[in-house]
Amino acid sequence: MPSRPTLIALQLLVAVVAIAIWHVFSTVPIFGAKLLPPFFFSTPTDVASRIVKWFVEGTIWKHLWITLLEATLAFVIGSVAGVLIGFWFARKPLINAIFDPYVKMMNALPRVVLAPIFALWLGLGIWSKVALGVTLVFFIVFFNVYQGVKEVSPTVLANARMLGMSERQLMRHVYWPSALSWMFSSLHTSVGFAVVGAVVGEYLGSAAGLGYIIQQAEGTFDVAGVFAGMFVLAAFVIVIDGCVTLIEKRLLVWRPVAAETRTT
Amino acid sequence: MGETAAVALSEVSIAFRLADGGAYEAVQSATLNVEDGEFVAIVGPTGCGKTTLLNVAAGLFPPSHGRAEIFGAGLDGLNGQAGYLFQQEALFPWKTALENVAIGLEVAGTPRTEARYRAQDWLTRVGLGAFAERYPHMLSGGQRKRVGLAQVLIRDPKILLMDEPFGPLDAQTRQIMGNLLLELWSADRKAVMFVTHDLEEAIALSDRVVIMSAGPSARIMGDWRVPLPRPRDIAEVKLERAFHELHREIWQALKDEVMKGYAQTGGG
Repeated sequence: MPSRPTLIALQLLVAVVAIAIWHVFSTVPIFGAKLLPPFFFSTPTDVASRIVKWFVEGTIWKHLWITLLEATLAFVIGSVAGVLIGFWFARKPLINAIFDPYVKMMNALPRVVLAPIFALWLGLGIWSKVALGVTLVFFIVFFNVYQGVKEVSPTVLANARMLGMSERQLMRHVYWPSALSWMFSSLHTSVGFAVVGAVVGEYLGSAAGLGYIIQQAEGTFDVAGVFAGMFVLAAFVIVIDGCVTLIEKRLLVWRPVAAETRTT
Repeated sequence: MGETAAVALSEVSIAFRLADGGAYEAVQSATLNVEDGEFVAIVGPTGCGKTTLLNVAAGLFPPSHGRAEIFGAGLDGLNGQAGYLFQQEALFPWKTALENVAIGLEVAGTPRTEARYRAQDWLTRVGLGAFAERYPHMLSGGQRKRVGLAQVLIRDPKILLMDEPFGPLDAQTRQIMGNLLLELWSADRKAVMFVTHDLEEAIALSDRVVIMSAGPSARIMGDWRVPLPRPRDIAEVKLERAFHELHREIWQALKDEVMKGYAQTGGG
């Protein structure tokens, strides 16, 4: 692997080359025709100026804030419900056996079809988007917590009991940390799905948010607006993912990192 | 020292129910007494049910027949007077070395600061005073076994059950761990049941060596006193004449069973 600065330089190079190709093909006519007609593909300068305009005028902040709020609420509510119910199911095999087919059924359902129902029930405000995000986040957290409780090493469990732990202390010192570690290992996926839920919800019917501005731009054949919205969304997701990585590093210090060389 | 044995297993048989409805008898009619303060090593070929016998003494597994008594009282449920050092990794990976050692006291109601203080003391005794804040994955295999030893001994159990605790370690580390164990044990002589497949280790450490036959339906087939004086150094005691004589004598008896065990497990 190359050093970090080299790697970042190479990564930037990919972006520069891609944008350069886009720029050339959408502005310079080849044999009398542009390969990427700006009406369909816009141009990098148009998209960039649109993004700059949004930030200079400050209109984008409100949309970013709404999407962030929806994704956060979806993540928190979905996670709390997933942890509690996952824990409950794992500790009560009968409950799990009874509800198992229904859980699988609901998880198999494509969530997009629920969006209109949520809009009908909860209106066009943020809560219909939160609900959509919750249905995505919940199952990821639920399955991971369930697995975390089930996969506790029998030796660790026997050791805990021999050390004199009561059933409640087993919960606190063994099952709980194991379940949480599995949940945190899926943090990137669940946070990602929270954002997806929010944006898809906005896209299908709302008055604010990143999904809304992309949908509005599409409605008026404003391709520069669509691309600008996608770039802002991508940057937004990368920033959130970076925050998740930071949190993960703090919370999972006890876990071995396979690819990392440790200084011990 | 009292008259009653620390651990008394009388005619203990252990059978597992198999998936196809049949039963597998792991141990057949084993009778074994471990006196208070006595260090007994249990040796046998792979898969002979040594661990199963230990689990009965720990109360983790009820015997199908026979009786287990701890200091004269019938064992029902977990054996609260025993500490168990497992063969596999048994530390809590999400706790630091210090927290791992302190937990046995904390769950018994010792205030946290005191528990941690005593845990630090125990870590120092097993030679890991400077590693208190490490998580298990940051420690070597030998260091993890030391933490495990401290985790068990801090609760001051009257009986110590050890299941091939140094099995996965390299030869040098095993020797160091063996000496550490003898040093800690000689301070307050607990009753020890030490399971191993290594006959040399068994003789070097223990007061008595018990040999088990190959499974299934493993039996206890021999019981030797180890006449070596204490305190011992594991490396040096192996050079003594008495050690070699005993080793030869026990090996004669064990050899056939080892071969039988190999034949049954296909050499694995």
